[in-house]
Amino acid sequence: MANRFLKGRAFKFGDNISTDLIIPGRFSHLRSSLPELAKHVLEDADPGFAARVKRGDFIVAGRNFGLGSSREHAPLVIKMSGVSAILAKSAARIFFRNAINQGLPVLICDTDKIDDRDELELDLTSGTITDLTSGVQLTSGKMPKVMLSILGEGGLIPYI
Amino acid sequence: MAEAFASPGDIIIGSDSHTTTAGALGAFATGMGSSDMAIALALGKTWFRVPESIKVKLSGSLPKGVCAKDLMVYLIGKIGADGATYKALEFTGEAAAKLTMSQRLTITNMAVEAGAKVGLFPSDEITQSYLKAQGRGDKYKPLHPDANAKYENAISINLSQLEPMVSMPHAVDNAVTVQEVKGTKVQQVFIGTCTNGRLEDLATAASILDGKKTHPDTRLIVAPASRQVLLAAIKANYIQSLIAAGAAIMPPGCAACLGLHQGVLGDGEVCLSTANRNFKGRMGNPEASIYLASPATAAATAITGEITDPREAM
Repeated sequence: MANRFLKGRAFKFGDNISTDLIIPGRFSHLRSSLPELAKHVLEDADPGFAARVKRGDFIVAGRNFGLGSSREHAPLVIKMSGVSAILAKSAARIFFRNAINQGLPVLICDTDKIDDRDELELDLTSGTITDLTSGVQLTSGKMPKVMLSILGEGGLIPYI
Repeated sequence: MAEAFASPGDIIIGSDSHTTTAGALGAFATGMGSSDMAIALALGKTWFRVPESIKVKLSGSLPKGVCAKDLMVYLIGKIGADGATYKALEFTGEAAAKLTMSQRLTITNMAVEAGAKVGLFPSDEITQSYLKAQGRGDKYKPLHPDANAKYENAISINLSQLEPMVSMPHAVDNAVTVQEVKGTKVQQVFIGTCTNGRLEDLATAASILDGKKTHPDTRLIVAPASRQVLLAAIKANYIQSLIAAGAAIMPPGCAACLGLHQGVLGDGEVCLSTANRNFKGRMGNPEASIYLASPATAAATAITGEITDPREAM
């Protein structure tokens, strides 16, 4: 069950982080062993990301996060790597839906205001993002109720 | 799906981002992930937000050597890889009405590369004759945008002014003309897939490669879009021409497009592909580079071993 309040560090990424960068095709033989696939998550965008990220941390990206494939493994292995939410300027349509369906919150906000490794606190209900390092406060707007309910249940399947 | 299932007015969901392809037949077709698909299969229900529409009004006609793919590389270069995120891309205008079903399928296939939820063509005489040829003539119904339809934005493109285009590594919207990158050495040319693996595409490639040989430093891989296409291409002698020129024919399907097998690139290699994505690592190796282009540009490039303007090979 996703908590209302999340706390962790920001791991910054640029624009157009594709599903091919999230789950590189050469590791697709690991799709039957997702914890192994999760060790390679975002490896081509930020080598060693999976080893550095700790439970609760955030991906903080630019525009169009998750463009590309409909493979749901992309948000799933991000979640398995310990990431508790994704913050981005915008997200690709299918990825956004898949992430919510996997119980992984995606918040749209002006991520330029957040620096790499800043400590962040998120309030999912109000959509407020507080950068504890800089003191900056951002908002992503209120999430629709159904989305919060799906996230609250940990994903679409348990929600149904 | 386009051959056997999609009909005008259908709502189609598929666990493949390129489900948008079926929009060529006037179906509202969009990709989703596996949980969404599972719930839709189990309950027969799903939810949509009605997308805003962008009108793409086409005029003129494609010059010799310029393909539907060039139009999409141009359009995505213009509006960006997120230029239509969540929106419907509706193709209209007198030139849209003249585009063949094969060209329409390439266009709606690529709609998702601008982030679109759907790419839509009206359902007209061309749709009707395609459905008839597939033995599904009874599924035809004409569908056109309402005269007073509201659009968020409108883009006009004169096809006569287009030229062969290329998406440079590692983004589909990194679009330039072939002229700007001609001469770039290429180790692999990949023709086919759901984007450009239809009979017309193979005919274009075969007409350029017939009686010629691929460059000794360049591999040519061809993947027809379907078994139906493969059979028709064998019957029309396109496959014979392609094999004689040096092509390796793959089973119908994705083949090398997403880097799983059959054409995974080596370190530092360059591939010119007719598929729809050139993201870093897409074809199995993050140290390789992928350029996207039309089947005509791909065939001309396979002969010379460097990116070549197809108008110089026709």
